[in-house]
Amino acid sequence: MIGLSHYLIVSALIFSIGLMGVLRRRNLLMLFFATEVMLNAVNIAFAAISHYYNDLTGQMFAFFIIAIAASEVAVGLGLLIVLYKKYGSLDLDDLASMKG
Amino acid sequence: MMENLVYIALFAPFAGSLFSALFGMSPKQTFVGIVASSLLFISFAASATLAYHVYSTGAAVHVTMMEWISAGDLTIPFGFLVDQVSVTMMTVVTLVSTVVHIYSIGYMDHDKSFNRFFSYLSAFVFSMMILVMSDNFAGLFIGWEGVGVCSWLLIGFWYHKADQPREENPSISPSWAANEAFIVNRIADLGMLVGLFIIYWNVGSLQYDVVFAAVPELSGSVLNAAALALFIGAMGKSAQFPLHTWLTDAMEGPTPVSALIHAATMVTAGVFLVIRANPIFSATPEVSFFIAALGTFVALFAASMALVNRDLKRIIAFSTLSQLGYMFAAAGLGAYWIALFHLAAHAFFKALLFLGAGNVMHAMDGELDIFKMGGLKKAMNWTYIYMGVASLALAGIPVFAGFFSKDAIIETAFNEGTYVLWAILVLTAGMTAFYSFRQVFLTFHGKARYDESTLHPHEMYKFVLIAMSPLALLAVIAGFFMGGFQTFVTKLLPDYVMSDHTHHLIWVLTAVVLVFAVGGIWLAYKKYANGLKRDEELENSFIYKLLANQYYIPQFYEEFITKPYAMLSEHMWKDVDMKIVDATVDGIAKFLYKSGDGTRKMQTGNLSNYLNWMALGSVLLLVVAAISAMLS
Amino acid sequence: MYEAVAFYLFSVLTIGLFLITVMSKNVLYAMTSLAAGMILISGFFFILGADFLGVVQLIVYVGAIMALYSFAMMFFDATRDIKEKNTNPALVFLLGGLSALVLVLMFAAPIHSEAIQALYPMHEGVGNAQDVGIVLFTKYLVPFELAAVMLLVAMIAGIILAGKKMDQSLTEDMSADDEILIQKDEK
Repeated sequence: MIGLSHYLIVSALIFSIGLMGVLRRRNLLMLFFATEVMLNAVNIAFAAISHYYNDLTGQMFAFFIIAIAASEVAVGLGLLIVLYKKYGSLDLDDLASMKG
Repeated sequence: MMENLVYIALFAPFAGSLFSALFGMSPKQTFVGIVASSLLFISFAASATLAYHVYSTGAAVHVTMMEWISAGDLTIPFGFLVDQVSVTMMTVVTLVSTVVHIYSIGYMDHDKSFNRFFSYLSAFVFSMMILVMSDNFAGLFIGWEGVGVCSWLLIGFWYHKADQPREENPSISPSWAANEAFIVNRIADLGMLVGLFIIYWNVGSLQYDVVFAAVPELSGSVLNAAALALFIGAMGKSAQFPLHTWLTDAMEGPTPVSALIHAATMVTAGVFLVIRANPIFSATPEVSFFIAALGTFVALFAASMALVNRDLKRIIAFSTLSQLGYMFAAAGLGAYWIALFHLAAHAFFKALLFLGAGNVMHAMDGELDIFKMGGLKKAMNWTYIYMGVASLALAGIPVFAGFFSKDAIIETAFNEGTYVLWAILVLTAGMTAFYSFRQVFLTFHGKARYDESTLHPHEMYKFVLIAMSPLALLAVIAGFFMGGFQTFVTKLLPDYVMSDHTHHLIWVLTAVVLVFAVGGIWLAYKKYANGLKRDEELENSFIYKLLANQYYIPQFYEEFITKPYAMLSEHMWKDVDMKIVDATVDGIAKFLYKSGDGTRKMQTGNLSNYLNWMALGSVLLLVVAAISAMLS
Repeated sequence: MYEAVAFYLFSVLTIGLFLITVMSKNVLYAMTSLAAGMILISGFFFILGADFLGVVQLIVYVGAIMALYSFAMMFFDATRDIKEKNTNPALVFLLGGLSALVLVLMFAAPIHSEAIQALYPMHEGVGNAQDVGIVLFTKYLVPFELAAVMLLVAMIAGIILAGKKMDQSLTEDMSADDEILIQKDEK
C-alpha cells in the first residue's frame, strides 16, 4: 500500500534533484528548468498531503504555486531575452557585474 | 525662623564657594575674599544664634529639607539636626573658618590663585557643615567625603611644585602629599563604609535616632564590628596610628589650610564621629578601651616625634596628632563631653598657633626651619604674643584653655583606674610643653640665624592680626566656660563626673601635671632661649635619628607597601591587563576584521556562487532542524 | 495494486526525466524531458484524486509554460551544446545528497501528531472540481483575485521586456539600450 511517506520521499528526491540543478547550472535557462523541477516537487507533496488528510488546502496551495510559477516564467523569460540581446550569452559567469 | 537659620548657616559657605568659583580662573580680586569671608561670618552668626537658641530652650532643631535617596526599603532624607553636639561643632567650625578666611586675604595676598583658594576653602566649610549637621550617617558620610576632597584640593593647592627627594623634603611635593592624604583616607573610608553597611544591615536605617534606639537590641559582636569599622574611618580622618603619616605631609598646603583643616576642624571629624555615635561606643567597652589606648599611644608617639623636628609647621602638626590622641583617649574612656570640650578649645589655640606660624613663614619668605630663625621677637611682637599664648594653652598652663580641657582628660584616665594611660598622658603633657616652647624660643628668642642682609622680617598686616584676636582671646578664656559647657552638652551626651576619690586628689593630680608642664617649659628655656647650641653627639644618636625620621614609618610604608604595590600594579598592567583584558578586546576586534576580510571573498558578484552559498545555508538549516527534531 | 504500480512507474520515470533535465548539456533535451516529467507529475495528481489540479498542471505547465520556453528558445541557439564551467561536482553531489538524505529521513519518520484537523475537508460523492471550485471561490477568493492580477502584471511585463525593439540587437547597438531607458523615463 502506498502511503503518504512514499509520496513525500519521491517529492524530496525530486526536490533534491532540482537543488543539484540549481547548484551546478551556470546557464540561466537551465537554472529556470531546475527551479521548475523544485516547484513541481513541492506540488506533489502538497497534493499528497491534501489527499491523505482529506483536506483541500493543500491543493489550493498547489494552484497558487502554479500561478506564481507561470508569472515567474513570463517575467523571467522576458528578462532572459533582454539579457541575451545585451550580452549575447546567458552564462552567469559572463554576467558577473556586481563584484563586491 | 530657626529652620531658616539652619539653612543660612549651612548654605552661606556654599554660596561663597560658588561665588568665588565664578572668578576661579581670573587674577586676584580682593572682593572675592571679602565676600567669602562675609558669607562665612553670616554663617557664624547663624550658628551662634542657633547655639543660643539650643542653649536657652534645650531643644534640638531638626529639619528635613527633602527626600534624598528613596530606593526600596532605603529612605535617606536630606535632614539636618542641630542639637547640643552639632551646634558646638558648627560654632567652632564657622568661627575658626571666618578667622582663617580673613587671615587668608592677607596671607594669600601675592598668590595668583587667590580666588580659587577661597572657592576651595568655602567649599570645605560647606562640606564640614554637612558632616556635623546631618541627622543620619549617610549625610555624615557625604560631608566626610566632601571634606576629604576639599582637603585634597587644598593640600595640593600649589600642585605645580616639583617633586623633591625624601631626604630634602619629607613630603616630596604638594601633589604627592595631597594624593597620600586622599589615598590613606580612602583606606579608612572603606572601614567607615563597612561600618555603615553593618548598621544598615542590622538596623535597617541610617538615621541617628533610629540607630541609637536600636543599639540595646543588637548583639555584642555586631556592635563591636560596627564600632570598630566606624573607628577605622575615624582613624583615617583623624590621622591616628598607623594611618597618621598623611597629616604631617599635609603641611605642604597653604598655612591657612593647615590651620583650618589639618588642625581645627577636619581632623577632629573622627573625634566628632565617636562622640556622635557615643551610644554605640558606650555599648562596646572593649572597642572603647582600644580607642583610649590607641589615643594615648598616639599622644606619646606624636609628641616624641615633635621633640626633634625642625620644621615649624610639622611640629605643630605633630602636636595636633598628639592632641587628637588626647581627645580619643577621653572619648574612649567615656568622657565624651570632655573630648568635645578639648576639641573646641584645641581648635582655638591650634588654629592660632598655625596662623602665627603662617605669619612667621610669611615674614621669613617661606623658610620653615626653626634652626634658621631666631630673634624674631622684635620684628613680630604681636605674632610672638599670639604664639606664646597659644603655646601656653597647648602646654596646659593654668588659666589658659588647654589647662582645663587637657587636665580633665588626664584626670579621667586616673579616675578610670587606667594608671598606665594616666602616666603616659602626664609624660606627654611634659613633652608637649617642651616642644611647644622649643619652637617658640628657637623662633623668637636669641640671635637671628638667618642672613640679615637679605631678609628683613616684617609683621603681618594689621587686619590679619586683628582677625586673629578672637582666637587668642578664646585660647585664654575658653577654659572658664567649662562648667557651662558641661551642663549644656550633657543634656545630650552622657555625663561624666569624677569619683569622690579623684576629687580628693584633684590638687595633687593637677600639681603633677603642672610640674611636668612647667618642667618642660623650663627645659626648653634653658636649652634654647639664649640661642641654639647644637649638640652633635645627641643629633647623631640613634634615638634622635629615629625620631627625626618619624620612626622610619614613611620609609617603611614606601618599601613594604607602596613599592610592592607598584610592582604588583605593573605586573597586573603588563601581564593581566595587556595580555588578557586588552588582548581579549583586541582579539574580538581582530576576529571581526579577519572574518570580514575572509568573507569579503564571498562577494564575487557571480550569481552562481551566491546560489551555492544560499543552497549551503538552507541545507545547513535543514540539518539543524532535523537534528533538533531528533533531540527533542 | 494498480496504484502501487502506477506510483512506482511514475516515480522512476519522473526522477529519471528530471535527472536528464538537470544533467543534460543540450537545451532541447533538457526541455523535452522537463515537459515529459511534468506530464508524469500530473499523473501523480490523478492518482491522488486531485483531478482538477492534474488538469491545471497539464494545461498550465505542459501547455502554457513549456510553450513559452519553446518560444524563448527560439531566441537562443538551441542546437548547440551549452558549455558550462561547472561548479565543483563534489559540492553539488554532497549538498544535493545531504538534503535528499535529510528530507527522506524526515519524511520516512512516522508522523506522531494525530491532532491534524482538516480545514476544508473534501466531500464524499462530490467531484473534485466542484469541491475545489467552492473552496477557491469562497475561502480563497481574495488570493485568487490577487493571483489573477499578478498574472496580468506578469503578462504585461513579459510583453514589454521581450516585445519592444525585437528587430534590434541590443548587443550591437548600445544606443538602443539608452532608448529603452529614455522610454522608461517618459513613462
